[in-house]
Amino acid sequence: MVFSAVAADNLVEISGVSYAYDKRHPVLTGIDMVIPRGKVVAIMGISGSGKTTLLRLIAGWFKPTQGSIRVDGTLTHELDREGLYRMRRRMGMLFQFGALFTDLSVFDNVAFQMREHTDLPEAMIRDLVFMKLQAVGLRGAHALLPAELSGGMARRVALARATALDPMLIMYDEPFTGLDPISLGVIRNLVRKLNDALGSTSIVVTHDVQEALDIVDYVYYLSEGVMVAHGTPEQMRASTDPRVHQFVWGEADGPVAFQYPSRDFSEELELV
Amino acid sequence: MFDRRAIIDFHNVGRHAIESVLRVGYAARFFALTLAHSGTSFRRPRLIVRELYFSGVLSMIIILVSGLFVGMVLGFQGYQTLKTYGSESALGVLVALSLVRELGPVVAALLFASRAGSAMTAEIGLMKATEQLSAMEMMAVDPIARVVAPRFWAGVISMPLLAAMFSAMGVYGGYLIGVVVIGVDEGSFWSQMQSAVDFREDIVNGVIKSIVFGIAVTWIALFEGYDAPPTAEGVSGATTRTVVTSSLAILGLDFILTAFMFRGI
Repeated sequence: MVFSAVAADNLVEISGVSYAYDKRHPVLTGIDMVIPRGKVVAIMGISGSGKTTLLRLIAGWFKPTQGSIRVDGTLTHELDREGLYRMRRRMGMLFQFGALFTDLSVFDNVAFQMREHTDLPEAMIRDLVFMKLQAVGLRGAHALLPAELSGGMARRVALARATALDPMLIMYDEPFTGLDPISLGVIRNLVRKLNDALGSTSIVVTHDVQEALDIVDYVYYLSEGVMVAHGTPEQMRASTDPRVHQFVWGEADGPVAFQYPSRDFSEELELV
Repeated sequence: MFDRRAIIDFHNVGRHAIESVLRVGYAARFFALTLAHSGTSFRRPRLIVRELYFSGVLSMIIILVSGLFVGMVLGFQGYQTLKTYGSESALGVLVALSLVRELGPVVAALLFASRAGSAMTAEIGLMKATEQLSAMEMMAVDPIARVVAPRFWAGVISMPLLAAMFSAMGVYGGYLIGVVVIGVDEGSFWSQMQSAVDFREDIVNGVIKSIVFGIAVTWIALFEGYDAPPTAEGVSGATTRTVVTSSLAILGLDFILTAFMFRGI
């Protein structure tokens, strides 16, 4: 693997992973991937290419039907529930639309894990939560409920919550979807800044190409459950692989056809 | 040979049967998991107290008002019937026994299912649809322990209390109509009630019923919410099923429990 030569110390190592919900419909086939410590790595691909499934496999949500996934040296699919929960305390995940707890205030959302997993005194939790909220620029919004936040703000709170326990690995599931350009820029820069400030490793699952290419160190490109290309953002931009080229430059037609498979149009109109 | 359509219909009947049995199995497993993961709720009673407020305290208005009206209707109807036999003085007994044995637990449970049960289903279904339960799981917090179990115990605790309030309010409603409006003798109303209502036979049996109904309603409501497809139709369908299934469960269980408790033969 090209990237493993660059950084020997990998936080996540995926080798030969296949996954299928049922036998007839494989979601992922033969995925090999390494995520070095301290880097921001993007997993890209069109909708339905298996990106989110891959993220959930890394989090131990599903077990791979074949192959192995190692996170920080531990095989995730061999962990029991306790072990998995222990590992997840060191992971943070940002869900597509934030998934904030709607019955808790911004403050309580960020404090949630600290209260569940630590015995820290409330005064210290308060300081820590304010530090996390300060980092995403929302200290002033600590008393608001999620329903009172804009989409971009909710995403920032979710980001503060995902990093509440200073995780070793932060996973982002489509962090840029549905944001206005300003919020998008804010989130994009936060992904990079938080990763570097916390010394974590980040995996960004996204189909927002240009936003992601600006901040990530490396890109894996999935298509129909198979990894078809990988490289640095520059290599991806310069790629001549038609699948990657179509995706990176957002072309309407190419290997991914504009038309949903259908019978011949002239036949449909009964012209022949 | 067989009609193709008939074979498909037959196939669907089988599929539905298998799916229903599977769902019953999931529900049983869910119930066992809820009990097994109840430790957190008891270590942190604040979690239960919070849910007691939502399912218990907020259901009080509807329970108290309905109890009063049911009691007042019993006052009228009971008086009408008893007058025929010249035993109006037994009105207190009739009102109290109907409420404590049957109407209190059953009607309070039906109201609880439609007020609190449907709310629980909708809340948990929406938490699932908006990935809040997944987020919790991802934060290494078990949603069954943190979200489901406190609601379950809150339901089980509030149901008998609400039924008791319903009965008390109903007795008062019967008193208002029987004694204050119609003019049945107040002394015999209360004294006959006191001597005829047995603590073990009537009150304890009523409490047992309402605890069983509390378990059934909250279990159904929580399972439907947890099992709801994460879409708008999924959640609305689950909410409807909660009310229908738990109402039927209450009436069915009431028959079974009464049959066991009835020793008149």
